[in-house]
Amino acid sequence: MNLNLKSLLNQLNDLEGVDPKAKAEILDLGKKLQKDVEILEFKLDRTEKVKQTTAILLEETIEELQQKSRAVEETNKKLLHSLEELKNTQNQLIQSEKMAALGELTAGIAHEIQNPLNFVNNFSEINQELVSELLELLDQQEWEEVKIVVKDIAENEDKIKHHGKRAENIVKSMLQHSRKSTGVAEVFDLNQLIDEYFRLAYHGMRAKDKSFQVKMLMHLDGSLTPIKAVKQDIGRVVLNLITNAFHAIAERGQFNKDHYEPQVEVRTKDQGDQVKVEVTDNGSGMSDQIIDKIFQPFYTTKPAGQGTGLGLSISHDIIKAHGGTIEVKSQDGLGTTFTFIIPKNQK
Amino acid sequence: MKVLVVDDERDVQVLFEQRFRKEIRNDKISFAFAFSGEEALEYLSEHGHEAVLILSDINMPGISGLELLRRIKQQFMAPPPVVMMITAYGDDENYQSAMRLGADDFLTKPLDFSILKEKLKEI
Repeated sequence: MNLNLKSLLNQLNDLEGVDPKAKAEILDLGKKLQKDVEILEFKLDRTEKVKQTTAILLEETIEELQQKSRAVEETNKKLLHSLEELKNTQNQLIQSEKMAALGELTAGIAHEIQNPLNFVNNFSEINQELVSELLELLDQQEWEEVKIVVKDIAENEDKIKHHGKRAENIVKSMLQHSRKSTGVAEVFDLNQLIDEYFRLAYHGMRAKDKSFQVKMLMHLDGSLTPIKAVKQDIGRVVLNLITNAFHAIAERGQFNKDHYEPQVEVRTKDQGDQVKVEVTDNGSGMSDQIIDKIFQPFYTTKPAGQGTGLGLSISHDIIKAHGGTIEVKSQDGLGTTFTFIIPKNQK
Repeated sequence: MKVLVVDDERDVQVLFEQRFRKEIRNDKISFAFAFSGEEALEYLSEHGHEAVLILSDINMPGISGLELLRRIKQQFMAPPPVVMMITAYGDDENYQSAMRLGADDFLTKPLDFSILKEKLKEI
């Protein structure tokens, strides 16, 4: 019993002159009070225990949370690392796709360089002959003849210069193609770029497949002035669309040898602020199911090892990055048209 | 002697005219030029047997040199003219195809004009 209560009751008990009935009532009240105190003490004790348990639980929870947050941090780091790796891999893939496209062109490039070099060699040989002829004519004082020969020499010199430049341009564009894109827009002649890649792609195909034949139609808009865009990237798109067209006609040609006149047409159109480029072939065409997927990365209809499946996906990204659009229309078995439109003045 | 040269490189004309300028001046030889297989067939249908020799490149857009050769030898003309094929790819496959289709000779680029002149003398 509570000591204070006990001494209170004892003192009350010892008091004299108190009505015994009232005394008994107070003592009874004191006992009830004692019970209440006991209950309160019990409750207090229980609360204390709950408090302790809660504190322990709380501590455990905090620790658990800390562990979890550390794990999340760890995972985050790993994810960042994976992302970095993924980006690297993507860059490597883009590069290898580029090199694959270049590899496809190698023979065409060799051919396209050999031709102007032959002219350079031939015309300079002729000029050597003409110069010795000229010396003889000077001795003989044949002035009219001298004039003619000098004029020929000058003309041939122009040819040498022209074809030397031509070879140089091809080497330059090849180097540019294999280099990492700077992403910087520059001013260039789109028609000329298309003309160059059309011929390179053609000779590339010819070198690989001797029976390859195509009627090449170029309808390049003469009023199109030089445009400003990322030349190397636009070159990749053009090359990709042309080689795809060549593959499509080669494929159709396999099954359709007679009465088939394979044809690829490239068209440019000045549309004011924009330029439209169209590549049309009368090759094998595509079904709607294939069309739905062709811009997806790694999707290819070519046999394993023959296509990276990245060409059109990269082309799509390039055109998007230029703020343009790229579309395809195709009839299964009859041919395909790719159209892209880009602003003429890229920032 | 008239020679038809078929090549999609237009400067081939100036080159031949310069390389053969003495022969041309002395009327020993004259040239006609076609810059595609299609143009060559057109020339042949207009001029018949005027050209006694056809010198054709193989790699041309449109009708290739081999296809031109096939049409000349098999369908176009009787008796067929002499056809020499020229190619930058001096490979066996092109050579075999050209010979099978009835080519009279096969030359590789870069053309050695002194050899060509020797060959022309024999025709």
